Amino acid sequence: MIDNKLIELVNITKRYDGNIVIDDLNLYIRENEFLTLLGPSGCGKTTTLRIIGGFETPDEGKVIFDGKDITKLPPNERQLNTVFQKYALFTHMTIADNIAFGLKIKKKSKQYIKDKIKYALKLVNLDGYENRMPDSLSGGQQQRIAIARAIVNEPKVLLLDEPLGALDLKLRQDMQYELIRLKNELGITFVYVTHDQEEALTMSDTIMVMNQGYIQQIGTPEDIYNEPKNAFVADFIGESNIISATMVRDKLVNILGADFPCVDIGFGENKPVDVVIRPEDIDLVAPQNGTISGRVTSLIFKGVHYEMEVMANGFEWLVHSTDMSPVGSEVGIHVDPFDIQIMNKPESEDEKASANEL
Amino acid sequence: MALFVPVNFMKRKNTVLLATPYGLWITGFTIIPLLMVVYYGFTSRSTGVLTLDNIKLISTPENLKALWLSVQLSLLSTFLCLLIAYPLAMILRNMKAKSNSFMVMLFIMPMWMNSLLRIVAWQNILEKRGILNTFLSFLHLPALEIINTPAAIVFGMVYDFLPFMILPLYNTLVKIDENVINAAHDLGAGNFYTFIKIIFPLSIPGVVSGITMVFVPSLTTFVISDILGGSKVLLIGNVIEQQFQKLNNWNSGSGLSLVLMVFVLLSMTLVAKYDKGEGRTNVL
Repeated sequence: MIDNKLIELVNITKRYDGNIVIDDLNLYIRENEFLTLLGPSGCGKTTTLRIIGGFETPDEGKVIFDGKDITKLPPNERQLNTVFQKYALFTHMTIADNIAFGLKIKKKSKQYIKDKIKYALKLVNLDGYENRMPDSLSGGQQQRIAIARAIVNEPKVLLLDEPLGALDLKLRQDMQYELIRLKNELGITFVYVTHDQEEALTMSDTIMVMNQGYIQQIGTPEDIYNEPKNAFVADFIGESNIISATMVRDKLVNILGADFPCVDIGFGENKPVDVVIRPEDIDLVAPQNGTISGRVTSLIFKGVHYEMEVMANGFEWLVHSTDMSPVGSEVGIHVDPFDIQIMNKPESEDEKASANEL
Repeated sequence: MALFVPVNFMKRKNTVLLATPYGLWITGFTIIPLLMVVYYGFTSRSTGVLTLDNIKLISTPENLKALWLSVQLSLLSTFLCLLIAYPLAMILRNMKAKSNSFMVMLFIMPMWMNSLLRIVAWQNILEKRGILNTFLSFLHLPALEIINTPAAIVFGMVYDFLPFMILPLYNTLVKIDENVINAAHDLGAGNFYTFIKIIFPLSIPGVVSGITMVFVPSLTTFVISDILGGSKVLLIGNVIEQQFQKLNNWNSGSGLSLVLMVFVLLSMTLVAKYDKGEGRTNVL
């Protein structure tokens, strides 16, 4: 990946009617990166995207694009294109006219436009749809036209605002692969907004997790999943056991009265912390071989794995395993040291803000 | 199968039963009156035999002039209504949701008052020694001789029928997804281009129903021209009214009405055709 900063957001703050939606946000997006803004609804991710697109002006801060300040530039003068949530196709125009819209404004030649339409339709696997009307297409097809309409303009950045939100599960998964393929073929930067953590993990080079207007964590999908910075990120990305614990010393944490070896250092001695253990990282062993032991209280078959709950030391442990332990059986719980993720406890609201600076 | 037949039968019976009042309504208040108009229009007043004389009455110079003037004035008032209502509907669309329904209400509130009352009020305002001219002479400005002219009639039409233009326009404009407009900007279109290529074409259904709602009553009105035009300006509506009220000639009145109905029908098909064609005209 090229380490060239294409877009920079500097100290962005946005308020609606006095409510802070984005608070002093700093972020850079590298050329050719697939960045996903991930978070629950109302976390400020869409507003961030709209600020990049030019549909909102920040109350404070700057938007830098390719070294130039574009904070005040209207959307039609920005070198980026947006794919909107519900496609936003021009229903009174044919597919060809929809795709040609931006090119006609740029006064491209007829032949150029014709070739571009053909190329774009091929790219989104809809050749021959030139003369259809948008209403006659399925949701997935309409979304692909919306993407085609944006990419023919050869933007440096494509902004996507929950583009798959209105599609059903199967189609959504297919489209995820399509988007990855498109990004690789076109070699442009994608900024993608979603509240679906699986979608974010599948497609992104970098994920930015947001909550209440603050960046909670920025990192690769692996980082975000395996080493969440705080309980919010851990909880939002996948299922997890989040337990209050005490860091005894470096590489040893006391969870619910039992000492677990871990790999983390530098938290201090006898310090209260939160630990995150992913359900698939817990091994159920014979009671005498586990660090602690307990009794299986529920068992559900999920297809890929079994989902079990184990009551041990006053905590209901969520466990995913391909091996089944029947309800009522005694089991031991074992966790490999590197599967235990230690996090500082959030002390106050300011703690959330500090996560912003990272 | 045997089970379904009675159920279906019952259902059909219920539907018929429910539709009966409307059937009676249409028969009594639309079909029979229409047939009567046709009957009177095609029969002679004195002998009662079939004739085209009542229809041919339209070709007299006075009647042709009245029809032509009616068409001109209603086209003009429809155009003026569109010109006034469109920007207004755009402004209302762009207002915050809380205040805009109240504003829409303010603009259509005149509809809640009696139409005749409003026109008579305008007569008082526009009269030679009316409120407007009293005010103008107070300012030492020359008086406006507007009453009893076609201008006064157009004024009355625009005032009276403007809400019928605003409502359908506003309704189609608010339904346009904000992101569709954003998408146009996103693809490089400025405000003017976005309006010409996106907003206006998408509002065509509202424009068409607005035109219909203003043009048809303007074409057939006789109250507005009667009160604001005195007896100086005759529209086709006034000619028909005279046939019924003053000359008591139902046959000629019906004949002229039929001609006017054909006119309305023709203009509506023309407008509807444009509406349907719009979506597919821009093929590259």
